[in-house]
Amino acid sequence: MAWRDRVNGWARRIPTWAVYLVYALPAPWFFYLGLTGGLGVEPIEALEHEYGEIALQLLIIGLCITPLRRHAGLNFMKFRRAFGLLAFFYVVLHLSVWAILDVQALSAVWADIVKRPYITVGMAGFLLLLPLALTSNALSVRRLGPRWRKLHRLVYPAVLLGAIHFVMLRKGLQIEPLIYLLVVVALLALRLEVRSIPGFARSRG
Amino acid sequence: GGLFSTRARAQAEGLEPNDWEEITQYNNYYEFGTGKDDPARLAGQLTTSPWAIEIDGMVERPGTYDFEDILSEMTIEERIYRFRCVEAWSMVVPWNGFELADLLDMAGVQDGARYVAFETLLRPEEMPGVSRPVLEWPYVEGLRLDEARHPLTIMATGIYGRDIPNQNGAPIRLVVPWKYGFKSIKSIVRITLTDSEPPTSWNKANPREYGFYSNVNPNVDHPRWSQATEREIGGGLFSPRKPTLMFNGYEDEVAALYEGMDLSVNF
Repeated sequence: MAWRDRVNGWARRIPTWAVYLVYALPAPWFFYLGLTGGLGVEPIEALEHEYGEIALQLLIIGLCITPLRRHAGLNFMKFRRAFGLLAFFYVVLHLSVWAILDVQALSAVWADIVKRPYITVGMAGFLLLLPLALTSNALSVRRLGPRWRKLHRLVYPAVLLGAIHFVMLRKGLQIEPLIYLLVVVALLALRLEVRSIPGFARSRG
Repeated sequence: GGLFSTRARAQAEGLEPNDWEEITQYNNYYEFGTGKDDPARLAGQLTTSPWAIEIDGMVERPGTYDFEDILSEMTIEERIYRFRCVEAWSMVVPWNGFELADLLDMAGVQDGARYVAFETLLRPEEMPGVSRPVLEWPYVEGLRLDEARHPLTIMATGIYGRDIPNQNGAPIRLVVPWKYGFKSIKSIVRITLTDSEPPTSWNKANPREYGFYSNVNPNVDHPRWSQATEREIGGGLFSPRKPTLMFNGYEDEVAALYEGMDLSVNF
């Protein structure tokens, strides 16, 4: 279809660095807002949440790329690494604001990780992302070969843990984190469905 | 009386009230949404006049008490109190109000009464948040009668000498300064005297996390976060945490209410 070709044409012309640039901007922008009162009277929590939510959104965008190609014929594969690395960058910012500006003491950070389930869950998600970020370079892809693809399936549990972390930290059952969780579960279910169809199991990641 | 009310006491304790914007732009009032800025954005449409409070249950003179009639009987005074949210942030608020005990005396408490139950207005057409089942509506709270009659416990009708804004619980709300903020129920339409412990909203929603008493206690953590420290609103991006005080700094006045009770069980 024409519109599909047109979108794919645009995607080909947009350089990857543009994605890095556009998505890197919210980091200093929100920090600036936090410093100058633009995030309200409690900027620490607000900044922590902004970074965390952007990270989750970027992870979800990353999860959309394969199904978009498979089911809609839209090819954004060349941006996938950028979204993954940007997501990791925002997770690190989220974690830093939490540890340095919010909790403010290393002992308390550790106590929270072991004692508070939602933080344990979030931290587990971060640890799963760590090897993915470290192997997001051409050299690692070449060296690891087929194992690279297997390793990077860790993103599935990582995103799921991130979404569960969001649901758990709110007071009461709130709708917004549940919507994120639903979207994540749906995107993961798409993978399961494809794997269970004979013939698809081997060839697709 | 004025025993607890003076600015001098607040000054002696180093209590610096938060400014108007901080107090009125950062609120938990889930009837208007769960975001901190939702109440300030959405509570403007709330009709707060006329207003009446139904006082019933074990009282001598049950009935509907008009807000203006109540005010005409009460002496409004200023109380500068610490306000500690269960979410581990805090403010200092210069409330205007009167002692709840005076209102209870107006209705006349019967002998067997031991608890006071409170209810917030439920008006879905003016409260967009109640379409979501975050909590069971209407919001309800409760105090033991001796807590309710304690001279620190007030019904607030103003802040900084102005009418209390809708997002802060207009036109009349409870303030119990030694308990987590959610006990200080807003926009009260009903007060019921009973002989048994009344249900309370957050306790119904999650009894493991929110007890009936909900006294500020740095030694009893919320299951999901520490209550040992708090962040003062208004300190900006590099605001340091400070230690939370037992009974939010009102230990001398209220500890006797809980003598012999295990506060980690009755949290």
